[in-house]
Amino acid sequence: MTDAILTRPASRGAWFDPIFEGACLFAATLLLAALAGVVISLAIGGWPALSHFGLKFFVTTSWNPVTEVYGAAGPIIGTLVTSFLALAMALPVALGVSIFLVEFCPKPLARPIAVAVELLAGIPSIVYGMWGLFVLAPFFAEHVQLPLMMNAPAGSIWETLFYGVPNGANIFTASLILAIMILPYMAAVFRELFLTVPPQVRESAYGIGCTPLEVIGSVVLPYVRGGAIGVVMLGLGRALGETMAVTFIIGNAHGLPKSLFDSGSTLASTVANEFTEATGVMHTAALTALGLVLFVITFGVLAIARLLLLRQRYD
Amino acid sequence: MVSRPTLRALANTLFVAACGLATILALTALGFILLSLVKQGVGGLDANIFTKDTPAPGSVGGLRNAIEGSLMMCALAMAMAVGVGVLAGTWLAEYGGASPYGHVVRFLNDVLLAAPSILVGLFVYELVVRPLHGFSGFAGAVALALLAVPVVTRTTEDILRLQPDALREAGAALGTPRWVTIRQIIWRGAGGGLLTGGLLAFARISGETAPLLFTALNNQFLNHDLSKPTASLPAVIFQYALSAYDDWRRLAWAGALLIALSVLAINIIGRVIAARESHRP
Repeated sequence: MTDAILTRPASRGAWFDPIFEGACLFAATLLLAALAGVVISLAIGGWPALSHFGLKFFVTTSWNPVTEVYGAAGPIIGTLVTSFLALAMALPVALGVSIFLVEFCPKPLARPIAVAVELLAGIPSIVYGMWGLFVLAPFFAEHVQLPLMMNAPAGSIWETLFYGVPNGANIFTASLILAIMILPYMAAVFRELFLTVPPQVRESAYGIGCTPLEVIGSVVLPYVRGGAIGVVMLGLGRALGETMAVTFIIGNAHGLPKSLFDSGSTLASTVANEFTEATGVMHTAALTALGLVLFVITFGVLAIARLLLLRQRYD
Repeated sequence: MVSRPTLRALANTLFVAACGLATILALTALGFILLSLVKQGVGGLDANIFTKDTPAPGSVGGLRNAIEGSLMMCALAMAMAVGVGVLAGTWLAEYGGASPYGHVVRFLNDVLLAAPSILVGLFVYELVVRPLHGFSGFAGAVALALLAVPVVTRTTEDILRLQPDALREAGAALGTPRWVTIRQIIWRGAGGGLLTGGLLAFARISGETAPLLFTALNNQFLNHDLSKPTASLPAVIFQYALSAYDDWRRLAWAGALLIALSVLAINIIGRVIAARESHRP
């Protein structure tokens, strides 16, 4: 009987098994190739600029297509400043929203709000950008920026901080738009993270008489600590790489921003604005080098985020 | 002297209020954005949008060429992305997901999932546009496909892992070759979930602007040839919103509303399908 099974001819179509597995493996490898391709093409494309300017590329601020002198410090600082400002504004609100939805919100309301938040996370960035340009910027210039500039005491730090052309297109409004954009995304992921906390853990804390604040502060947040940092990094990664919304509203000025209300640029916005109109070989190379810098920064941030979230998933 | 329990209760009340306020604040801000989008966009939404091409400033026009270009590029991108993504996800779920290489692939796929889309545009520029000496709708589709593949891969793996092993064992017990089991049983059982993954990926790429700027570029005219520069809705919105002409800006708002509505609709359809799947006995 066993012999009969062992000597039975292989099933029809079994010859295709290794081919199918090979095709699947090939597709998985294509993914790696795509990522490797991004790095390699950016490195090759940006190499002329990097080798020509050397370290000066990262620390100088002149960006002049006429004299062919390029320094990336302006966009690098602009990217970091807008992203961290956006994170600082979005993080407390996102945490508040997700905690409210998981812990306090009446059940019939929690589900629709959560779905709405997730849907809003999918709205394309160009929509946020247009809103920023046509609605937020004029409002901000008239009702926030001008009064602040007028009332800043001369010679104080506020005067320096609020200096700028009052048209609403500046570092601060760009950060604000970024914050609004990453807010639903972060809130949605935070909510999923909080839902992974086992009910027993939460209930035992309530059982010894903790208030909800103490349950969240001493039990829930420590429980998801690693993952929460991962979510923050994911939000930061989004803000760092966001292109269209920022391009609309940051003012697109090269060089270091001199104040909170000064126009500036980010790595992504500079590439988006100038790449198709790049005049010389060196201009294109410098823009590609900006892309490489952006890749290195975001890859680092996203890799840390994923490592932290992975650990959470398997704990 | 306030007693400790009172203090704790007070701190807690403040905290709950702060969380509620944050929610109200967030929903108000986002609702305000949608409201002004509808208010500004709905005036421009007429039959011309779908029947006329992008106009010169001052003349009547619509967004037909942009809508068509977007649909063509997204369709081609999805065809490529679904092919690669479903196979890659299948490999992760059914074959090598537990191997060290599988962990590397999954990790880098997660990174790609959130990578800045403009970098994909730069990559495709070097990969397709520069060697072929020209912007093309085809290059745009490749860029969009690269953005969709990680989404499809991720959802495919997740949904295939949900299929019970009993199904795989049943297939094996009948002597069915593994690929037939996967194709006839696993994929079929996961059909709704796979469809949702595809829809989510489609929603993600249909609003992407940055990767199209220097791959598909733009085109003022109706164009069915993807080897030429091709207009897309997001690129036209970008160009028109930053222009100085009122009628172009009106079209940009209408286009933005159109994109936001379609993305919302696709996402909702995807969710409905996923919800129906999970309630299936």
